[in-house]
Amino acid sequence: MNATLHRIAILIRKELIAILKDPRSRLVLIMPVVLQSLLFGYAATFDLNEVPYALLDTDRSNASTQFVTLLDGSGVFDRVANLSSAQQIGETIGKKRALIVIHLPADFERNIVSGRGGVVQVIADGRNSNTGNVAASYVTAAVDRFNSQWNELRGGPTPALRIETRAWYNPNLETRWAMIPSLIGALSMLQVLMLSALSVAREREQGTFDQLLVTPLRPTEIMVGKAVPPILIGLVQSSIIFLIARFWFGIPFQGSLFTLYSGLLLFTTAAVGIGLALSAFSKTMQQAMLYTFVLLMPMMLLSGLTSAISNMPSAMQYLTYANPLRYAIDLVRRVYLEGASFGYLLHDMWPLVIIALVTLPAAVWLFRHRLV
Amino acid sequence: MNAADDFIVRGDNLTKRFERQKLDTITALDRVSFGARPGALTALVGPDGAGKTTLLRLAAGLMRADEGSLTVLGLDAAKQPQAIQDRISYMPQRFGLYEDLSVQENLDLYADLHGVTPEQRAERYPRLMEMTALAPFLDRLAGKLSGGMKQKLGLACTLVRSPELLLLDEPTVGVDPLSRRELWDIVSGLVENEGLSVIVSTSYMDEAERCAHVVVLHEGHVLASGTPQELMSRASGHSFLAMSQRGTPARKLQADLIDRPDVIDAVPHGGQVRVVLGDREPLSLQDVTFEPTSPILEDSLMMLLRHKTDEQPAANAALELTRKDSLDHSEVVIEVHDLVRKFGDFTAVNRTSFEVKRGEVFGLLGPNGAGKTTTFRMLCGLLPATSGTLKVAGADLRRARAEARQNIGYVAQKFSLYGDISVLENLQFFAGAYGLRNSRAAQRIEWALDNFELKQRASSTAGSLPGGFQRRLAMAAALLHEPAIVFLDEPTSGADPLARREFWRRIGSLADHGTTIVVTTHFMEEAEYCDRIMIQDAGTMLAIGTPEEVRRQAGSGGEPAHSMEDAFIGIVEQGRERAQRQEHAA
Repeated sequence: MNATLHRIAILIRKELIAILKDPRSRLVLIMPVVLQSLLFGYAATFDLNEVPYALLDTDRSNASTQFVTLLDGSGVFDRVANLSSAQQIGETIGKKRALIVIHLPADFERNIVSGRGGVVQVIADGRNSNTGNVAASYVTAAVDRFNSQWNELRGGPTPALRIETRAWYNPNLETRWAMIPSLIGALSMLQVLMLSALSVAREREQGTFDQLLVTPLRPTEIMVGKAVPPILIGLVQSSIIFLIARFWFGIPFQGSLFTLYSGLLLFTTAAVGIGLALSAFSKTMQQAMLYTFVLLMPMMLLSGLTSAISNMPSAMQYLTYANPLRYAIDLVRRVYLEGASFGYLLHDMWPLVIIALVTLPAAVWLFRHRLV
Repeated sequence: MNAADDFIVRGDNLTKRFERQKLDTITALDRVSFGARPGALTALVGPDGAGKTTLLRLAAGLMRADEGSLTVLGLDAAKQPQAIQDRISYMPQRFGLYEDLSVQENLDLYADLHGVTPEQRAERYPRLMEMTALAPFLDRLAGKLSGGMKQKLGLACTLVRSPELLLLDEPTVGVDPLSRRELWDIVSGLVENEGLSVIVSTSYMDEAERCAHVVVLHEGHVLASGTPQELMSRASGHSFLAMSQRGTPARKLQADLIDRPDVIDAVPHGGQVRVVLGDREPLSLQDVTFEPTSPILEDSLMMLLRHKTDEQPAANAALELTRKDSLDHSEVVIEVHDLVRKFGDFTAVNRTSFEVKRGEVFGLLGPNGAGKTTTFRMLCGLLPATSGTLKVAGADLRRARAEARQNIGYVAQKFSLYGDISVLENLQFFAGAYGLRNSRAAQRIEWALDNFELKQRASSTAGSLPGGFQRRLAMAAALLHEPAIVFLDEPTSGADPLARREFWRRIGSLADHGTTIVVTTHFMEEAEYCDRIMIQDAGTMLAIGTPEEVRRQAGSGGEPAHSMEDAFIGIVEQGRERAQRQEHAA
């Protein structure tokens, strides 16, 4: 037992020296993670600020002015043009001067007063359906507010139903809040997979793996020695992203660090398992790289990072069960934003344990049985 | 006609320096003057780091000399490199074959690159095929060719157009004697029949003997130049064959002789020891007789180097070892019975059986692709056998507990330690992997650094070391845990004569102290350092026994074959004929 630990420690030490010796490779382990988290934090957001809109107010009544004031005061919309005729709409949208055009027809106020209900026409740029949709939904919210104000002032009938949405755990529904904590898993996985996928393949290609196999190191010891360094590096990277989320973006951390790190440890181990199994299967580094890239894209897509898993076709949903990132993202979001405790996250943890228990022994088996 | 016209390549006072990362500059060539005549073979010989490759690259117009002038085909190499390259062909040490392309595709690619027209190809290809005998393998991927065939393909690609001058950089490194002979027949044919001029660098002195002119380089200086005969005459009267009257094996006698200060060189040869002495008088040693013999080129080279270094290079190579007196030298430590290994339909090793006793030096010889490495990998437990049994130190390493591997040391064919970490870190890692700890580990690492002269380089990254140091490091790492059996796969491939002597000196001292050695080699004369050898071809064992017995088996009419190389080629050719007859019969 003692001898085993000593041999594993020696291998871990060698791996860490090989990875960290070169200052450039040290930088490569840290810089991309920092840059990517900042990049995702600022660029990958579905939230709209200062939506450029053009106004075509043909009514020019009290009601229309009140509505426009509401829009402009919301902080979301930025009026870039006042149109004078419907002919200008086409050009405004076509040349992307505005994302939406809001048209208040000539009978706007009359219809409200008469009880028939006024119409707000929203013309959105459908070429970017996502942004168009989001912008339109903001208008809906503005309409809602207008209704309640109007009725309060004029004592009109209170609508039968009113929706009041409260977004829990992310009160302002900021994409950043959902995105950055997910990156704690997603970004570190990228390099953890790469490191572990190259580790055995590199040794095979350079002939050092044979040299390793003729030492008294057992395949299981080699596996542990090869798994620990990328796990450590993965955890360091996760911590960097965590610190950026917490202190740079100021997203409040609701859960316990113990739960977070237990989850991350399981996740990184599962990811390293996949990487090592791929690596042990590959004949060359090039093959290992290729397998990793082929795998990374679907892993990112099927993780719930950008699109909700519940919206995917059911066949795809089954695929996500084999994806460690799926569990990691759910787990981290819930610990981070919701403060979920250990017990509530077991359903995210045991699949990670199973993935590790399949891939790591597979790697061990492949060490000796994959003939090159 | 002026004097310069007599030379196809002429260099005067060439100096070339290389700056390494930090402060130090290496002077690869220091005021080198030489000439190569047209229509003849010129050899550049010398140990590693002598400047052979640098000189060839200068002649190919790939680099410029810092000082001095170099004329190639009447053109100034510094001013008109492109004009020179249009008229010469250069085959570097690692020729750039595309391993994923077939033989034909490689040829076509090089023909396209050199703008060879279809008419020229129609005329050239059949000739190349005839020379290289590659025609049956045109569809095979270059990566699947044996080492010898790869070199032949490389040569064919180099010769897709007819150059006026051919530059070959160590074309026969890692090539077995049969393929080596074939390659040289091709090159001499080109010189004799087409009047091609060739400059070849080599570390094989028997190859240099086939050349019209030899330039001996050492650390960037020309030590001597002239015809092989002129050079050999320097050693005349110094060469002797020594033999023990008491029946001491040649290997042991060689080890005793090479340590003596009055001995310049000693190599086992045909059951005797070939000795070069400082004086023209034989030594008076008890029970050893000295017969004068005609010198060979290697004798002169060793004399030249000795004058230069002033020290017997192999003398300090003997390892400090603790003697294992209690060991029983009749104990069988490796037992192989009916070993078979198949890859699909291909039989890499076919029904091979042999035994190795403790303290024996056992040599595995065979052409490229004979199954030596496959046999090796099975013995080390890296590859399962298809059938048959094998025991190394009492266990099948593939199934035995990991501790059984504590008994063996393994040095792979190509350098396979960690290139990106330092020499010391490599040694520390392998010491730890073999369970050595604390003071024991420190002591063994110290031993390795001392005995393999690695101290100066302890903190260099292993990958940046010159080839000779890498080979020493690999061997040092395999010996840290004092294994009972050491496996070495082609340990001397690409090593110069000095390094090879050092290597065998170390092997000799290991064997004397009870370590069992299993070694493969391409150098047939090195078989003489072995106690017993086995010759394999196409997976089949053709001969086994002491070098003497094998020479006798290859000889005709009771007269043993003259040299190991003749014996080897004889046995392999007999074996191939036999295999062909059996195929016809079936």
